[in-house]
Amino acid sequence: MWEYTDKVKDHFLNPRNVGTIEDADGVGEVGSLACGDALTLYIKVNDSVIVDAKFQTFGCASAIASSSALTEMLKGKTVAEAERITNKDIAEYLGGLPREKMHCSVMGQEALEQALKHMRGEAPSKMEHSHEGTLICECFGVFDEEILRAIKQNDLKTVEDVTSFTKAGGGCGKCIDDLERLLKEAHGEGVCPTPSAEPVSPAQGLTNIQRMHLIESVIDNEIRPMLQRDGGDIRLLDIDRQLVSVQFIGMCSNCPSSHLTLHNLIEAKLKEKVDPEISVREG
Amino acid sequence: MKTIYMDNNATTRVDPAVFEEMRPYFCDLYGNPSSMHRFGGQVGVRLREARARVAALLRCEPDEIIFTSCGSESDNTAIRSALSAQPDKRHIVTTRVEHPAILSLCKFLEKKEGYDVTYLGTDERGRIDLDEYRDAIRNDTAIVSVMWANNETGNIYPVEKMAVIARERGTVFHTDAVQAVGKIAIDLATTPIDMLSLSGHKLHAPKGVGALFVRKRLPFRPFLIGGHQESSRRAGTENTTGIIALGKACELAMTHMDEENTSVKTLRNRLENGLLERIPDAIVNGDRGNRLPNTTNISFGYVEGEAILLMMDQMGICASSGSACTSGSLEPSHVLRAMGVPFTFAHGSIRFSLSRFNTGAEVDSVLDTLPTIIENLRKLSPFSADKSAPACTKAFSE
Repeated sequence: MWEYTDKVKDHFLNPRNVGTIEDADGVGEVGSLACGDALTLYIKVNDSVIVDAKFQTFGCASAIASSSALTEMLKGKTVAEAERITNKDIAEYLGGLPREKMHCSVMGQEALEQALKHMRGEAPSKMEHSHEGTLICECFGVFDEEILRAIKQNDLKTVEDVTSFTKAGGGCGKCIDDLERLLKEAHGEGVCPTPSAEPVSPAQGLTNIQRMHLIESVIDNEIRPMLQRDGGDIRLLDIDRQLVSVQFIGMCSNCPSSHLTLHNLIEAKLKEKVDPEISVREG
Repeated sequence: MKTIYMDNNATTRVDPAVFEEMRPYFCDLYGNPSSMHRFGGQVGVRLREARARVAALLRCEPDEIIFTSCGSESDNTAIRSALSAQPDKRHIVTTRVEHPAILSLCKFLEKKEGYDVTYLGTDERGRIDLDEYRDAIRNDTAIVSVMWANNETGNIYPVEKMAVIARERGTVFHTDAVQAVGKIAIDLATTPIDMLSLSGHKLHAPKGVGALFVRKRLPFRPFLIGGHQESSRRAGTENTTGIIALGKACELAMTHMDEENTSVKTLRNRLENGLLERIPDAIVNGDRGNRLPNTTNISFGYVEGEAILLMMDQMGICASSGSACTSGSLEPSHVLRAMGVPFTFAHGSIRFSLSRFNTGAEVDSVLDTLPTIIENLRKLSPFSADKSAPACTKAFSE
């Protein structure tokens, strides 16, 4: 059982400011059913002061408590003051959250940012996440900008920390390497090498047989272990010039994101390691 | 406030008769059963009796029972033994809906020791395709491990048929029967199941004791190596009080088996039907026609499981959830995911698992309480059946 503070329990069992504001000046909506938590935040502003705030939340006790706390924090604050509220402020208001639940406070901060952007006409009211930068975690739809910000704001040190605060890495785990890279980048331990302008084809100069062996080798040694780590696998069906046909097996065969795996992992890896012209299809 | 305990697939109350049976062996009869003196020897006699009681429930020979510390140890021992005894075979067949005692071990064996594992999927009701299973067994399959009954949905799997198929293919067959033992009849005399795991605390014995059935003449390699306890098949001084308790619990389970399948089942059905009648957008997960008599897994759409559980806890009602937030994970139950339960419902699943200690008044109390909890949480939620929920574009990757 999670160890919640009395204030978290109070805001969960007696949530304040539940509901909608029909003529809201700003609406921020983050999360989704798939992600397991979602928050819609409504704010009413008068003379740059937030005079009312309401919420609707789908999620666990800490998600509901974070939303309730946020609305209490917002009422009476100026917009400028509200802009400075971070997830740490929400967690501190509640007397702390379990580390694994910090993403609930981050959801509150994101919803607030969306509501303020919506108020200024900078963004639509309904957004699942602030889609900025590169998608890192496919499972929970988390982008690198969100991750980098969470690392810096909360001084995160490990991948587990990043997962607790952003949910990134909490699904299939394929983005763990990316999270480690972002942690290093955020802490100034090295920046990703810039890709060369013209992709080099490692397969240049190889015979057809050598080229096929290279494809098999990349699949066996680099792609397959990643899929097997999640209980899946692929079978190489055919290689016809630049067209590679594969069949998903194991868990991959029923995976709703297999098309992403096909293009973002298998095809990308073969393009990188063998030939930029390669395309992969499911046979 | 009276506690209403409906989480018996997590653990059970120790039966008072079981407790009385084990009580003398803490402070009065505490001898080591391996000792040469009579003080220890009298405990050894009770261990033999306990072994016979466990064997009687499973309908096997007493010397086919190895006492362990828990179901997970039994599961690990079974798979490790089969792999160790057949070093040239590098393939395992299991399912995607197993307990973590099997799934985590298989993932470990894949990653760290290079084994190849086939994970069988299920249909939307959690059923396994026997043809797919038959095709999955290979010449280098060292062991098949399939649970007898699922801990989350209560689904019962056709392990007797599956064991026959495995035997035909010359493959060792193990079943994790932790949830099944004591609730449904098991007859190892008439099936070719090679190994079976059980756990004491799931059938009204205390935590910390389990057993592994290993069929005679099956090549066996111990997991714990040390002394000569358990005929050199599991080293370590026996948990005598736990083992004596397990023996008594097995004896009682035989007595109460009919009750599990009549009165407990009737209570379960009353609870399930009552909740479905009173709460809209609720579905039962699993195969309602073929499951344990005590278990129901119900998903309440558009609300989240941990929030439901904590509100129930405020009312003194104990159940369990397959929601992500209760497990420390971020993903909902792997069992519900394997069954393709939509996210709308997967996050809001609650498992009620009853026992012979539950009453009709307790069921009525849950029926009176839970609809209001769900209604209140739905009032908080931005989603509902009559609102258009945001598109779920972030499907979970496997």
